[in-house]
Amino acid sequence: MSITLDGLSVHLAGAELVRDLHIETAEGEVLGLVGPNGSGKSTALRCVYRALQPSRGAVLLDGADISTLAQRASARHIAAVPQESSNDLDFSVAEIVALGRFPHHRGNQPLSTEERAVRDEAMRRADVVHLADRGVLSLSGGERQRVLLARAFAQQPRVLVLDEPTNHLDIHHQIRLLRQLRTDSTTVLIAMHDLNLAAATCDRLAVLANGTVPHIGTPTEVLTPELINEAFGVTPSIVRHPRTGIPQLHYDI
Amino acid sequence: MTTSDAQPTSDTQPVRPASRREKSLLTTVLSLVVVLAISILVGITLGPAPVPLPETVRYLAAAVTGGTIDAADASGYSIIWQVRTPRVLLAAVVGAGLSVVGVAIQATVRNALADPFILGVSSGASVGASAVVSFGLFAGLGVYALSTAALLGALGASALVYLAARGKSGLTPLRLVLTGVALAYGFQSLMSAIVFFAPFSDSARTVLFWLMGSLGSATWSGLPLAAATVVLATVLLLWNSRALDVLALGDETAAGLGMDATAVRKRLFLLTAIVTGCLVAVSGAVGFVGLVIPHLVRLLVGANHRRVLTIAPLIGAIFLVWVDLASRTLFAPRELPLGVITALIGVPVFIILLRRRGYLFGGR
Repeated sequence: MSITLDGLSVHLAGAELVRDLHIETAEGEVLGLVGPNGSGKSTALRCVYRALQPSRGAVLLDGADISTLAQRASARHIAAVPQESSNDLDFSVAEIVALGRFPHHRGNQPLSTEERAVRDEAMRRADVVHLADRGVLSLSGGERQRVLLARAFAQQPRVLVLDEPTNHLDIHHQIRLLRQLRTDSTTVLIAMHDLNLAAATCDRLAVLANGTVPHIGTPTEVLTPELINEAFGVTPSIVRHPRTGIPQLHYDI
Repeated sequence: MTTSDAQPTSDTQPVRPASRREKSLLTTVLSLVVVLAISILVGITLGPAPVPLPETVRYLAAAVTGGTIDAADASGYSIIWQVRTPRVLLAAVVGAGLSVVGVAIQATVRNALADPFILGVSSGASVGASAVVSFGLFAGLGVYALSTAALLGALGASALVYLAARGKSGLTPLRLVLTGVALAYGFQSLMSAIVFFAPFSDSARTVLFWLMGSLGSATWSGLPLAAATVVLATVLLLWNSRALDVLALGDETAAGLGMDATAVRKRLFLLTAIVTGCLVAVSGAVGFVGLVIPHLVRLLVGANHRRVLTIAPLIGAIFLVWVDLASRTLFAPRELPLGVITALIGVPVFIILLRRRGYLFGGR
């Protein structure tokens, strides 16, 4: 499924967080949102997983405005790993991951055999099977992040919305996750700070900067010293990865 | 990027099936039902004037099956069937209800310190109750004046808290708690003022006793409404137990899982206000049960709301049946307020449990 941000604007508490944002993704594409703090990456993503209502414009799922769908119905197609996640109750890891099935059924029946298989597969993909019976409050930050990813996988989404998903992850799990995103057929909208990982992961990047029209294109097209300077106010040296040819940024401190 | 492509060993581990947990839940429920039945029987037998167990059973059987008893047994029968049985059953209903509402309210406001009375319900009820006690409000309703005024006070207070807490960004947990706590102070001062200006000098004492909870006025006629409310609320909450789980993960995550947290919170608020209002009307404000039983149950069965909501009403019912027994026998013929005993028993038990098991609520 494809997702389109169609002229998205968000006003919140007197501030304009996102102005007239147009982004189209192709089915199965990994599209990265990069930009400085406060450039509206998270705000745009929050509209996609419906934690926010856009003030103007719409989010389209295969061309249909998601606000016309029941929230539960759109959650069957769109799963999210938000940046901030708090929980005070000591659920087990398996319980948290099983909640990814929430949009798919009603009532309080235990998971069916098939749904348990979906949950277990999601835990394998996020490498948290060995934590299944642990309480989430006793996990490390990276382990917790992987549990949230597993919950999103268990939702069996066609569109995955990830806000800084590599936060807290060690390099092994960062690479493991980003590789999965590349090989899966799921459409991915991902906000990232690490431009080098973003360049290696995403088919296209949208560079957001305050108040300007975003530059959207392949990593090679948008990761130029001029554009990075315009968005972030730093000028990197850009080299090609010796094997893949993907642009990689180096900075003078 | 040259990480190893070898699968981590954990990928081949089988995931433990949940069925064992389901089985142990059923066992726990069955044992608790047995304990509750025994507790109720003990509660009916014992009292300031203990009635031997065989007699008690005979009276109960006669009442249930419509059998006859000797005229000589009439006073014993009356104590057992007209006084103690409704009172003990009401204790079970109130204990179960407060525990269930405690679970729901802690999920609604996402706060470990929340109890059924945090949203101004008990202080609102106390305003109504003190008006009855001090100025004879609703005198036309006779013995029902106090419960009616308490119920109206509770619902009125809840409505005020709800209206004041509502904001542009929805009904956020912190706003709800802060508004509830702030308005509770207002209601308390209103109650104090009413008692202060009361023409009868023992108003303060009566209101205080009522505020700390008592089942002394339990009758058969008051029982069905309270019981039906509690059963209905428990069934509704159990049916939506997964929504409570999702609510605990925060509004942002809830949105991603397809749930409008504010809408769910509104419904939960209405439910808890009605149930708590009914319970306060029949028993006053029995403190501590709704705060501590949910935590106790989570210690035993984990955080999953389906398990918590299955176990909590049973444990709450057992707890309050014994508390009520203690309240009417320890210093008989005087009765202690329930709140005194719930705290005296509950606080040390809770602290011991909290320290012994690695109970986590709100992080490390």
